[in-house]
Amino acid sequence: MFTRSTVAVATLLLMGAAPLAQAADKPTDPQIAHIAYTAGVIDVEAAKLAIEKSRNKEVVDFANDMVRDHEAVNVQALDLVKKLKVTPEDNATSQALSKAAADERVKLAKLDGAAFDKAYVDNEVAYHKQVNGALETVLIPSAENAELKSLLETGLKIFQGHQQHAEHVAGMLK
Amino acid sequence: MRTALPVPKRCLWIALALTIVAAPVQAETIEVTIDKLVFSPASIEAKVGDTIEWVNKDAFAHTATVKGGWEVMIPPKASASLTLKTAEAVDYFCRFHPNMKGRLVVWP
Repeated sequence: MFTRSTVAVATLLLMGAAPLAQAADKPTDPQIAHIAYTAGVIDVEAAKLAIEKSRNKEVVDFANDMVRDHEAVNVQALDLVKKLKVTPEDNATSQALSKAAADERVKLAKLDGAAFDKAYVDNEVAYHKQVNGALETVLIPSAENAELKSLLETGLKIFQGHQQHAEHVAGMLK
Repeated sequence: MRTALPVPKRCLWIALALTIVAAPVQAETIEVTIDKLVFSPASIEAKVGDTIEWVNKDAFAHTATVKGGWEVMIPPKASASLTLKTAEAVDYFCRFHPNMKGRLVVWP
């Protein structure tokens, strides 16, 4: 099925930089917390760039929504790791995400106007799809702690909403 | 305390009777809870004059938005309400998280 293979591809992409043996292992809770937090920070940074560069109201509104929601999720994530006395642990997936985001930022920084808006929003659609795929297939099933699992599930619903919102904005830019 | 009631009892009865005549059906407040991005109950029925109160338990801002119609902003960990003025049957959603959906039927 198309949807299932897309998710599988997205998961592979997310895990891409990790050695195969490591990708087959499920991530630990400290690693999951690190991945989820990193994914949020990346989207906040991209949104801040959009707020700075875009002149399109729909795009800027969307970017503001991303900053607000992802910062709120990350505050909850930090509160939770503090409560659980877990230290988020850097890992290959987090590093791959950060590397891909840095490349994307370089690409976006060179664009302006409508070209920037389109590239930013298209990337938001793809990025949320990728993160949602990883949440559904790897992160949520791997989480051991019930509270962490529950936060990830809420995060998934939020990000699925963002994906729909981004698709809506992408449709308006056409 | 008894001394706190200077109005004669008869006047109170008249006032009460007038209130009952003026508002044969008392307007109600219907509560919709938002928890983890779910409107609950998802579907509600109300009458014109009733108030819908959305109680947001999430740490995220939400909206109750009718496409081409009204919108209520519901800040994180707060409530917002809307008094229904027209009879209508509408689907509403959260503009920030369009996967959150609710339905409202307002009877005359």
